[in-house]
Amino acid sequence: MKPGTRLKSAACDTEVMVIRSADGQIECGGSPMGEARPTEPAPLAADFSAGTLMGKRYIDSEGKYELLCVKPGKGSLSVEGAALVVKDAKPLPASD
Amino acid sequence: MNIALLLEMAAEAAPDRIALVCEGKRWTYGDLLAAARGAFELIQDSGAEYVALLDESSEAAVIAVFGAALAGVPYCPLNYRLPDADLAALLGRIAPALVIGDEERVLRIAGGQNHTVFPRDEFTLKVQETVPGNDTRQYDPGEGVAIQLFTSGTTAAPKAAILRHANLIGYILGTVEFASADEADAALVVVPPYHIAGISALLSSIYAQRKIVMLPSFSPEGWLSLVAHEAVTNAFVVPTMLARIVDAMEKGATAQTASLRAIAYGGGKMPLEVIHKALERFPSAGFTNAYGLTETSSTVALLGPEDHREAVASEDPKVRARLTSLGKPIPTVEMEIRGENGEVLPVGEPGEIYVRGDQVSGEYKEKSALDAQGWFPTRDAGFMDQDGYLFLSGRADDVIVRGGENMSPGEIEDVLLTHPAVADACACAIPSVEWGETVGVAIVTRQGHIAPNEGELKELVRSRLRSSRVPEKVAFVSELPYNEMGKLLRRKVKDVLAD
Repeated sequence: MKPGTRLKSAACDTEVMVIRSADGQIECGGSPMGEARPTEPAPLAADFSAGTLMGKRYIDSEGKYELLCVKPGKGSLSVEGAALVVKDAKPLPASD
Repeated sequence: MNIALLLEMAAEAAPDRIALVCEGKRWTYGDLLAAARGAFELIQDSGAEYVALLDESSEAAVIAVFGAALAGVPYCPLNYRLPDADLAALLGRIAPALVIGDEERVLRIAGGQNHTVFPRDEFTLKVQETVPGNDTRQYDPGEGVAIQLFTSGTTAAPKAAILRHANLIGYILGTVEFASADEADAALVVVPPYHIAGISALLSSIYAQRKIVMLPSFSPEGWLSLVAHEAVTNAFVVPTMLARIVDAMEKGATAQTASLRAIAYGGGKMPLEVIHKALERFPSAGFTNAYGLTETSSTVALLGPEDHREAVASEDPKVRARLTSLGKPIPTVEMEIRGENGEVLPVGEPGEIYVRGDQVSGEYKEKSALDAQGWFPTRDAGFMDQDGYLFLSGRADDVIVRGGENMSPGEIEDVLLTHPAVADACACAIPSVEWGETVGVAIVTRQGHIAPNEGELKELVRSRLRSSRVPEKVAFVSELPYNEMGKLLRRKVKDVLAD
């Protein structure tokens, strides 16, 4: 998936921008994400329903994937079934 | 990824929150995004290859940055203080452009260059009147150049430094937490729009959802009054501004500054005396010294509030000296000090500062200055102490090479400034038959003091540094030449000393 691609969740309102990606399937709420939202919403999988937060970056354990949440939703993000975790910014003491 | 996403996210999360206050007018995130989308239409229709700003800071600068980004055209704010001939040459390098600002001047000096010109008010009005396209409109994906800034060109023709969307997005995502500001937070932006600090201030404040309070033209009184009136919490200043603010307060200017929590400074060397006075005048504010370059999308190292407090309170001269340092590299940037042959130097040894990271563009329109491994040679000279604090000794080109020995002007100046009768000092290389180069210094005598004699100053340097640092020539001047950003123009001092 190309960096800068906007992906939408099939199961909730979540939208992400791809910062870094490999060939694996990116999912939200347990269902594959796509550039368009399907007409028939997918069910929200219980294991992936912790929700996404606006402005948070989500990464996998190997650092191959990084997604920026640009619209929050009820689902949570995963790649090939492995949950992604929040990557914190390292805020500067308001230098500019 | 397009930098316009930063504004889109802020507008999505809080469309009605105040984003910007400028000359009494208030703009919400929603207003700004709508105006940026209007600007997109205007830019597309004009066929411009650049969007230029020839004006002081205003809402137009914010709208233009994001409008240009949506349209996929580089935004190029110009220094309106440049003489006509220099400005015309720069305008020629970005033609055809959509220029916002001084219409009369553009037409007079660059009338034949095919620019589309809008005075500020007309631009602001037009972009609000333009109905933004619907959601299916294709905005630029942000794979190219977002900002082009001409360097000040004190040594040669100005270079066109370019910052890609990826550099700026990397800087913001790596250093700012989205929507992290409190609704009462307000950042006072007073640096000119053509300076990188002015641009990064806009981007980081918008992403943090910190209200921007703009002061288009600096005066100490205007700054203090805006701080009080808008209950400003954060401010960035260049050293000359801070010196003038402190001076005005000492002379009794009205100052209600209790709201100020954070004052950041950068863009030039901060005199020790000024920062000491400022720390006293703003006891509740945390001070941050930010070091960065245009080519690095702003900050790459900083000395934070805790460092300031520790340095002031410490008895240890090494810790006290940190007040003159640039602090430590930020976590998202790598930094090395290298010697003349590119070798990485050990701790404490002065050399050229190299940086690497997502935010580092190191790129000019003509060519990239990055090496094969992505490192950017800043041309700034400095060293890092045992504890990782970075000290700047000047531009690499300013290093004085006396008989093969490299000396930094900064260390000589720091010693001279400890003399009670010295208000300001500049050391630079002067030609020497014997040594190739040797040290010359220009001294400004402190008001109310008798000029120190030459022998006394030489002895002072000899007593603190090695004898090779002792100035061969001492000139007394009424003031040193600084540009409006507080940068010392060493070339000019060199000319004076060469006479």
